[in-house]
Amino acid sequence: METNEGAVLSLQNFRKQFGSGCEKCADLDERHLQRNYCPNCRTTYACADLSLDLYGGEILGVVGESGSGKSTLLRCLYFDEEASSGEAFLQGYKSGQVNIFTETGQQKRYIRNYHLGMVYQNPYMGLRMSFSSIGNIAEKLIAAGGRSVDAMTGRAASLLHKVDIPPYRFLETPATFSGGMQQRVQIAKALSNNPPILLLDEITTGLDLSVQAKVLDLIKGIQRELRISMLVVSHDLAVIRMLAERTIVMLDGKIVEQGLTDQVLEDPQHPYTQKLVQSLL
Amino acid sequence: MNKYNFAFFDEQSKREIRRALLKAVAIPGYQVPFASREMPIARGWGTGGLQVMLAIVGKKDVIKVIDQGSDDSVNAVSIRKFIKQMTGVLETAETSEASIVQSRHRVPEVPLTGEQILILQVPIPEPLRETEQSELRAKRLHAEKEYSGVWLSLFEQIMKYGCTATGADHPTMVHERYVMSPSPIPRYDNRKLNDCAALILFGAGREKKIYALPPYTKVESLAFVDRPFVSESMHGKICRLCGAEGVFLDESVQAAGAGPFYECNDTGYCRQRQSSKSRLDRGEKSGD
Repeated sequence: METNEGAVLSLQNFRKQFGSGCEKCADLDERHLQRNYCPNCRTTYACADLSLDLYGGEILGVVGESGSGKSTLLRCLYFDEEASSGEAFLQGYKSGQVNIFTETGQQKRYIRNYHLGMVYQNPYMGLRMSFSSIGNIAEKLIAAGGRSVDAMTGRAASLLHKVDIPPYRFLETPATFSGGMQQRVQIAKALSNNPPILLLDEITTGLDLSVQAKVLDLIKGIQRELRISMLVVSHDLAVIRMLAERTIVMLDGKIVEQGLTDQVLEDPQHPYTQKLVQSLL
Repeated sequence: MNKYNFAFFDEQSKREIRRALLKAVAIPGYQVPFASREMPIARGWGTGGLQVMLAIVGKKDVIKVIDQGSDDSVNAVSIRKFIKQMTGVLETAETSEASIVQSRHRVPEVPLTGEQILILQVPIPEPLRETEQSELRAKRLHAEKEYSGVWLSLFEQIMKYGCTATGADHPTMVHERYVMSPSPIPRYDNRKLNDCAALILFGAGREKKIYALPPYTKVESLAFVDRPFVSESMHGKICRLCGAEGVFLDESVQAAGAGPFYECNDTGYCRQRQSSKSRLDRGEKSGD
């Protein structure tokens, strides 16, 4: 198998399970599962055979309730956790011919440093809070082989400038920043190596509305300017409506609906999506 | 009457430490775990170096023990006494006469030869510890030659202080493979590790790790391309006792008014220079 034409990221039959699985639940037959949980062997299927394609320059939204497997999907793509089975191909990595889930740890780290950027919901996950902001961005540059202090500080400063961090705070630690600023430092860090793909996990959750707008503006600007493809996970439909062209709806580790964002939100087909859209205030 | 086995340990214990040493020599810079023994001194006081010493010392060896360059500090004296009591080997303060040198935080000024072994005591053997607290993950990073964390620590120092601020223990790359803590020796001593004729063994008793540099191993101090590695500058400073220049000096403060004075940190080296100087002063020719 290889990437579909034009897709920068192609995911096929991706599964992440917690537990060994048993004969009864191996085929993920709904009759044997309680939502995504097998009562027989106590296995949870966080992501149950997902397939999706992310195209160049597009923002793909992923919505779903808590526990639907959205974050697990991103964490596995960024190799924070190991995928249980399935295949993923990156157009930019070995011409999309190699399943990145089965690569060595060294290669996975390479992919992380050169092909992916990740912004976590909680900045404590993505940043070293006791290191300077510039140092945080340099970490990713160093990991990608950067050995020139001047070049790295220059790059880090220009990125921090882009995300609107005032220069007099460049050397301060993110621990002293507000939540919105921490999130922007994370975005700068994720962008540091010009990755073709950005993974964004609930990046505006917990921020107040004006700061949310600022972060979303930033993301939209980056996408327009740099044509980076993004996978945006959120349970906030307003965020998805603003950012994403295409949307996937997840429930219990499965994709229950997908299509153009407008179409999914205006004319939802699956009962869960209908409930979701209707519960929007 | 000595009720202990030669060199304190039973033969099985020595064998276990020697096995770790052999592995360490075979993989320069790699930290080999070993079963660190209970010792009659507390962990963190040189038990790693002492265990390595006791595992390799033989009846014909001549030992020298130094602590921060000094032969006479309490730690050096008690370790040396202990080894002597347990083995009956000869001791010396002169580096060139010793076959095994155990040292805390200094490499002697006199260049080591291929006949000698240097043992360094190590408090924290893991150069990745600052950025990776988990031992398991640190081991994995070593395996994958992933040293961003060490570089990041140096980068952060440059951001904070304008230069790398490792007072001692500046990380080194061994044979282009493993990043190694050279133990808290001053940066001045780092260059002596590179291409050294002697075998260098590192023992960390509390952390239960042994590592080694076989003779003539390439040891590079980590530095960014635009921030070259600089060792402590002793420029223009002279030892007030022996007049040595360009060696590692201790700075001491005098009574108010007078400036600081300097003395060789390596006391064995300084004493040797003083005695050869006084011989010359008395009109004797050196070597007579």
